Amino acid sequence: MAADKVDPIHQFHITKILPINVGHYDVSFTNSSLFMAMTVIAATAFLILATSGRSMVPNRWQLVAEMSYSFVANTLRDAAGKAGMKFFPMVFSLFMFVLVANLLGMIPYFFTITSHIIVTFCLAMLVISTVVIYGIWKHGFHFFGLFVPSGVPAALVPLVTMIEVISFLSRPISLSVRLFANMLAGHITLKVFAGFVVTLSAAGVAGMAGAVLPLAMAVALTALEFLVAFLQAYVFTVLTCMYLNDAIHPGH
Amino acid sequence: MASNVNTTAEVHHGGAEHGGAFPPFDSSTFASQILWLAITFGLFYVLMSKVVLPRIGGILEARHDKIAKDLEEANRLKADSEAAGAAYEKSLAEARKKAQAIASETRSVLNAALDAKRHEAESSLSTKIAAAETAIAGIKAKALAEVDGIAIETAETLVSTLAGESVGRDEVAAAVAAVTAK
Repeated sequence: MAADKVDPIHQFHITKILPINVGHYDVSFTNSSLFMAMTVIAATAFLILATSGRSMVPNRWQLVAEMSYSFVANTLRDAAGKAGMKFFPMVFSLFMFVLVANLLGMIPYFFTITSHIIVTFCLAMLVISTVVIYGIWKHGFHFFGLFVPSGVPAALVPLVTMIEVISFLSRPISLSVRLFANMLAGHITLKVFAGFVVTLSAAGVAGMAGAVLPLAMAVALTALEFLVAFLQAYVFTVLTCMYLNDAIHPGH
Repeated sequence: MASNVNTTAEVHHGGAEHGGAFPPFDSSTFASQILWLAITFGLFYVLMSKVVLPRIGGILEARHDKIAKDLEEANRLKADSEAAGAAYEKSLAEARKKAQAIASETRSVLNAALDAKRHEAESSLSTKIAAAETAIAGIKAKALAEVDGIAIETAETLVSTLAGESVGRDEVAAAVAAVTAK
């Protein structure tokens, strides 16, 4: 059991709570599903309760809710202009979902849904498919002008276009891997240092003295992880806004 | 396929010995995660776009409107007070002008009355002076005439006393007139 405690991968295991099988697919309600639901409940409950006063002069909770609203709205408006505001509900949902999921994951024994690449990849694909579908629906074939920057010498156009296409295709991967890897690595590092503390302090007085260092490290890393939790949600949001800008204004 | 999925999932249920793939890359859990992510995120999107965002947006808009309205009201009141101030200044200036007009009018009326009185006094004075001068001239002429009489009488008396003979009054008068005419 002690070995189980220091296994840094253990926290990422998905366990079934309510096994459900549909045809060939295993769609059981798992701990991951539970924390997705908790993320939705926590974020929604916070935003609704914080604004329950609807006061003209906001209290601190309402201020946080209003700030998250204006923060995402400003980020989107800066990146994609006024036309981008039609995507505001999606961008805001993405930001709040990722942020709350990351922060919930910081609570000990809680599962971090964003530490699974399939989750972040699905969110990234949601963004990219929105960009592609909206871009083609709005601009038709002109949308592919995105891949042919203007003002490039004719000889270089094939090369530049190829690079642009590759960069566009790598967007969902970079978007999802960035979030996933940050959360995964952060939680593994935390677990490893916390594990050091446990193993060292089990080794007597000298071990306890030695455990001070990894303990301090774990404390510092916890602070860093809170920063990363926010930062990655923000980065995800900013990149989403920039990609949406491509769909709205495909000309370079 | 199904049995394969089940066995991998079973391994994870095993507890202490975690075999199988690294959890994030374990594709047997993908279907469940995708489905539940779609359900939960879809629900979250609906909640955000239908409930939360209109709510917060409404609060922000109401505040924005209230501030704009209050500013407008403040501007209106400021304009009102400025207009009242200007009207006050105007009536003050008018009153001042009127007071000055009244003062100058009073002053001119008084000056005219004073001038009239002075003129009257001056004219009565000059009449009196003229009368006095006439009287003086009369008196002077009379005195001068009497001087002639006195001179004639004195000369007559002197002649009669010194020469012992009486001279005719007319001769004496002629002699006096000849002397005074020199």
